[in-house]
Amino acid sequence: MAAIIEVQNLSHTYSIGTPFEHIAVDHISFTVEKGEFLGVIGHTGSGKSTLIQHLNGLLKPTEGDILLGGESIWKDKETTRAARFRVGLVFQYPEYQLFEETVYKDIAFGPKNMGLEDAEIRNRVLRAVGFVGLDEAILDKSPFDLSGGQKRRVAIAGVIAMEPEIVIFDEPTAGLDPAGCAALLDNIRAYQRATQATVLMVSHSMDDVASLADRLLVLNQGKVEMLGAPKEVFSHAARLTQIGLAVPQITALFLRLRELGIDVDPSTYSVEEAVHQLLLLKGGSADA
Amino acid sequence: MLKDITLGQYFPGDTVVHRLDPRTKLLMVILYIVALFLCKGFVSYGVALAFLITAVVLSKIRPKALFKGLKPLLIIIIFTAVLNLFYTDGTVLVKFWIFKITREGIYNAFFLVLRIMLLVMGTFLLTYTTSPIALTDGLESLLSPLKKLHFPVHELAMMMSIALRFIPTLIEETDKIISAQKARGADFETGNIFRRAKALIPILVPLFVSAFRRADELATAMECRCYHGGKGRTKLKQLRYRRRDVFSLLLGVAVLAGIIVLRRFGL
Repeated sequence: MAAIIEVQNLSHTYSIGTPFEHIAVDHISFTVEKGEFLGVIGHTGSGKSTLIQHLNGLLKPTEGDILLGGESIWKDKETTRAARFRVGLVFQYPEYQLFEETVYKDIAFGPKNMGLEDAEIRNRVLRAVGFVGLDEAILDKSPFDLSGGQKRRVAIAGVIAMEPEIVIFDEPTAGLDPAGCAALLDNIRAYQRATQATVLMVSHSMDDVASLADRLLVLNQGKVEMLGAPKEVFSHAARLTQIGLAVPQITALFLRLRELGIDVDPSTYSVEEAVHQLLLLKGGSADA
Repeated sequence: MLKDITLGQYFPGDTVVHRLDPRTKLLMVILYIVALFLCKGFVSYGVALAFLITAVVLSKIRPKALFKGLKPLLIIIIFTAVLNLFYTDGTVLVKFWIFKITREGIYNAFFLVLRIMLLVMGTFLLTYTTSPIALTDGLESLLSPLKKLHFPVHELAMMMSIALRFIPTLIEETDKIISAQKARGADFETGNIFRRAKALIPILVPLFVSAFRRADELATAMECRCYHGGKGRTKLKQLRYRRRDVFSLLLGVAVLAGIIVLRRFGL
């Protein structure tokens, strides 16, 4: 695998030269591999949102650089603008950005800004609507007549329709009910499998990211605290709790089992693996 | 970018000027403005200037902050000065082509610029030293006699404080929407004026939608707490005139009276 995003020694300071000066991101370096699903987690104020707004050039680094496919996105004006289309960013509560008369027009806003042909725009809108699990009948409605969950999907489709190589989701499930959450996460997973896109997802919910991500990036006070496979990250449960994060519910359960003297792997985080381990345990005790 | 605008900015502090009753400060500003418009010569402007300087020194507000408030008005000030300089009749001092500068013109330009500057700085001092809440409270109390005429004074004050409260929220919201639309490739910086105006639609529509949603939610929240307007409503912070308020008002009236007297003598 090749690195698609390289974050080099990135720092961002807000309100430089005023009493409100504040370092949000503090000399961060990491790479994102092509086609991977990277979960970004961190406590409120850990710099997650600031970090992701750098990846498509919305914020300019105070220090450091972002390479996209080996080339700095700040090389010139065109590369910065191109980065906006190569890296799709779905903001938190994206439904608040809807503005067009019809759902179709709203989803077509991004592709239109890319200067695509009408036929291609139409194809992309239809594909995007399919990915987010909406019915095509919705396209002629006003986005303001939809339910909250539908609005969220329309807004996500608006970014996906640009068919970016990398999609970043900032808390995509915030404020949705559990069923809506699960359905949306399924859509995101299916989207990634179908398009082989690189996906970054910011989330508070360890359970959400644990079930989807190939690797996890843990941020704390603007610095990279951990970066690795979920199993590796969740093996540092004590440290995670210390910086105000939780471990997935299954990991918490297995940690507790371990404390009670039962021989299980405490960094387990998926239901399948948990079942497997418990069956092994049961088989073992049945033999004795 | 948007965060840098100063609108009725308040610098918290604990000086005599900060502690004055907001009604006193409002009345003083009115007296001060009336006095400024009655000023005629160097002496009366000097009195007004001395009055302002005393207030600024007592409030411990940095003069730099006051001058910063003048910046947006620079064009108006220069425009006024130039107009008065060239278009006042009187004793001609310099004359070239169709322009002539008169002695009266110089006086007029100078005094008008001074008047605008003193006016703006005086009112800025009021907003710098009075929190928006205190200001609306004071205004409500001062206007309360109008209640007899069924003028909705309390409602007006409430609207003012809600508007002030939501300015930073809406600025933050605008920043977020701009970022979100930029992420979808919206371009606000290039093209002619029509294209740029059109580019504002993706910002304005969501902003209005969210402002209405917020207003709706706020109204519901207020109703849930049994808000029913001003009738029989008590205040957490009761406004009370103290000795310093009486002294300040007397000083204000004295300055105004002094300037009226000076005007008689054309000073």
